[in-house]
Amino acid sequence: MSTNDPQDKRDPQDERDDPFEAGETSTGSLDPAMTAASTTDEDGVVDAGQAENAIELREVEGLSQGQIVRRRFFRHTGAMAGLIVMILIALLAITSIGFNIGGFRIPGWWPHTAGALNDILNPRGGPTLRMPWDEGGFAIGEHPFGQDEIGRDIFARTMKGVQTSLIVMGVIGAVATVLGTLVGAFAGFFRGKTDNVLMRFTDLIITLPVIVIGAVLGKKLGSADPIPLALALGAIAWTGLARLVRGDFLSLREREFIDAARVAGASTSRIIFKHMLPNAIGVIIVSVTLLMSSAILLETALSYLGFGIQPPNVSLGQMINNYQGSFNTRPWLFWWPGLFIILIALCVNFIGDGLRDAFDPRQKKVPSARKMARADRRTARADARATA
Amino acid sequence: MSAPEAITDKPVDGGREPILEVRDLCVDFYVEGEWFPAAIDVTYDVRPGEVLAIVGESGSGKSQSSMSLLGLLPGNGRATGSAKLDGKELIGMSAGQLRRVRGNDIAVIFQEPMTALNPVYSIGFQIVETLRNHFDIGPTAATERALELLRLVEMPDPETRFHSYPHQLSGGQRQRAMIAQSLSCDPRLLIADEPTTALDVTVQAEILKLMRDLRNRIDSGIVLITHDMGVVADMADRIVVMRRGRIVESGEAKDIFDNPQHPYTRELLGAVPHLGAHSTMEISDHERDHGGDTPIGEPVMVAENMVIEYPKRGRTPAFRAVDGVSLTINAGEVVGLVGESGSGKTTIGRAVVGLLPVTEGKLEIAGFDMVGASHKDLMPLRKQIGIVFQDPGSSLNPRLPIGESIGEPLMLHTGIKGAELDKRVESLLDQVELPRSMRNRYPHELSGGQRQRVGIARALSLEPKLLVADEPTSALDVSVQAHVLELFTDLQREHGFACLFISHDLAVVEMLSSRIAVMHHGKLVELGSAAQIVQSPKDPYTQRLIAAVPVPDPNEQKIRRERRDALLEAAAAELAAEEELEAHQQNVSRGERPTQDGPTGF
Repeated sequence: MSTNDPQDKRDPQDERDDPFEAGETSTGSLDPAMTAASTTDEDGVVDAGQAENAIELREVEGLSQGQIVRRRFFRHTGAMAGLIVMILIALLAITSIGFNIGGFRIPGWWPHTAGALNDILNPRGGPTLRMPWDEGGFAIGEHPFGQDEIGRDIFARTMKGVQTSLIVMGVIGAVATVLGTLVGAFAGFFRGKTDNVLMRFTDLIITLPVIVIGAVLGKKLGSADPIPLALALGAIAWTGLARLVRGDFLSLREREFIDAARVAGASTSRIIFKHMLPNAIGVIIVSVTLLMSSAILLETALSYLGFGIQPPNVSLGQMINNYQGSFNTRPWLFWWPGLFIILIALCVNFIGDGLRDAFDPRQKKVPSARKMARADRRTARADARATA
Repeated sequence: MSAPEAITDKPVDGGREPILEVRDLCVDFYVEGEWFPAAIDVTYDVRPGEVLAIVGESGSGKSQSSMSLLGLLPGNGRATGSAKLDGKELIGMSAGQLRRVRGNDIAVIFQEPMTALNPVYSIGFQIVETLRNHFDIGPTAATERALELLRLVEMPDPETRFHSYPHQLSGGQRQRAMIAQSLSCDPRLLIADEPTTALDVTVQAEILKLMRDLRNRIDSGIVLITHDMGVVADMADRIVVMRRGRIVESGEAKDIFDNPQHPYTRELLGAVPHLGAHSTMEISDHERDHGGDTPIGEPVMVAENMVIEYPKRGRTPAFRAVDGVSLTINAGEVVGLVGESGSGKTTIGRAVVGLLPVTEGKLEIAGFDMVGASHKDLMPLRKQIGIVFQDPGSSLNPRLPIGESIGEPLMLHTGIKGAELDKRVESLLDQVELPRSMRNRYPHELSGGQRQRVGIARALSLEPKLLVADEPTSALDVSVQAHVLELFTDLQREHGFACLFISHDLAVVEMLSSRIAVMHHGKLVELGSAAQIVQSPKDPYTQRLIAAVPVPDPNEQKIRRERRDALLEAAAAELAAEEELEAHQQNVSRGERPTQDGPTGF
């Protein structure tokens, strides 16, 4: 066999049950003409019989499923852009004004803090940020995002708001993931009475308008500390996830490998956590990311209504609420927090989108005509070289 | 090469002009910046009234080359070359023109009628829709014509069936409806893509008979795509054998069966299990070993009047899947369990491994009473039984490397871990002839045959006394099946486990088992030695079943066919009633299955 026989390249893979590889040479030796014909036939041509398999295998050779998902995710342009912007925003928010951890304060590089009053620099506290096309060229200045009526630095306040929003997002995400996954998993696995009880309870939570519950809980728990509010919101935001996980578990439960595990003597918890949950991870990750972006908006909405985060802490929604009166006179008070809300929500959505594509093995990118033509030229050239 | 022979082939049909001329057809798929050929220089002709069979294994390009005629390739596929239908070039035709060709000139019969028919419309509506799409006729005329078509495909009671939805029909009736729809526009060419693969063997026999009759009545060319040599022997006038995208051999059916030229064709024919080929030989073997028909040795499985019901739920009544079955399996014995879908054979297999509770009667595995056993009680028994599932793709956890899948029963029962477990897993891999390096691979990286080997290794990991093999080869290609069966026989001889081998394929069961049990509608209709069942079946159902199995030999198949058709005629009324019952039962069981509860009380 010549070296361009793919059999040589994918060796362990192809020690498969193809008896004709051996059969052909042994039986073919009876008829020399036939052997010659079939070998010229084999050489120099990509092995088309395994094409179908090879097409599948080419992408996934030697990779675990996690690696495949990661690879597909990192190739998703939108998701990567979202991820990078998200990381940049988080880094900016954390390093600029620093943060408190257990009463201990880690300072940031930005000179102002969210609460401190400063002298008003520009008329009405306008932003000092100058764009390259403005006269005087690019400049950040003392208060790039401007100041409010009493001279507080809006950049510092926005960064503080971003921090709060990210904390809320993280906590809601974590709480909802744990609750939703467990409720959905148990309902889907045990079915029958357990399913009925859990799902009717889920229905009950779904019927309650989140914004109203959030308002009530926010009134009770809303304080300078975002964590209690986030926990409370997480406790009502898990319903969609629970339903999806339940659906996934119902279908996974009928798969034969679950029966195989049962026959092998695996316990219920082993079946749920070792065999079924890893197979449902795609659904969980995707719906959690999308849930987190709506969590940010929920917190914003609540804070905007005045039920969420209370001063002296800052949240993006609360800023918009506070400054809504000055929309015409001091628009920067309004635009900056709004911009960050949109950016964060968009990034999370993009990441969620990329994850969904990465976890769906059936989805294949249809190549562009240009790429196909390029591949075509390449093969033509290779053919030309081969004949020459 | 044999490909050009197709051009110079003498026309069989009195020199009639071919309707379809395919010349140098290539199909490629774009993957990761490269074109992968799926079919290379495919060349053949189809003449009116002729059946051309394209034979090959999965991935040989037989389906893709035919679908490219209709422009039905996926987005990353392309076709080059030439395919002329009545002189009209099909390759490179615009989408609008192709739409007129589809259905009108070329019609397709798909493999799985359940998914090819739209479940929300009645079959009559779907046929009328096709008619009115292609012809300018009124609703009444279209209805008339649709009924005529249903009569043509011998649909029982066409007036009622006209208003039935696909799920209300049995598999055979659905395929008839599908054929009626594809015939609605008098196509010049009919592409039948594995038309009987999804059907039971007796239903397959009926559909094949129908297709033979139709071929004489309508003057179309038929392209039959299949991997089943028995079906080919039954239907085909000419054969094209494809391998790895190329035509390796083509010619008259008789020539290819009697005198295959290419080694691949010979291998392919050799790999097909041949009904009746083993029993004559085995009967003496068996008699020597066991002293006749009554097997000796410790009984591993004893079932007496076993009844298994899917419990009633809501308004659907309980469904009795297995009704009063008595069966004994002795140590080291392979018993085949044969039946059609819905006959309850898989239900028995699942009950034996403790996945389903036994409702009434007695079921003892290795001296342990399974009736009313709880999850805890079953624990020690799990070591004694293993199961190989039907679909190797679904029975391995896609998120676990196969080494872990194989080692799981060992770890759970013997508690061994780490290096010792690795060693055991490696020795198991050696036994099923897989390289040790595969331990860390994931199921999706393996071919179907390799996956099923992993399934067998897992089932054998605890050295069970009884192995349940639930259609272990039905999802595999013929040649792969031959190898897996060979391995299975070797392992059985080596380890000496008893085996309940469940299959719908009589030829495979005959090859492996010493005794065969035949199931029909939940009842055991016949039990006997393999040779007795195959050569002189007593029960009329068994006779029908045996007669329906196509044999990969046109001459023998011709004789068999005549006998089969006579049997079918004789049992026509009974068959119709059965189909009805079957359709009903399928609906019931489909509604019931998800509600089943294991003995574990989940």
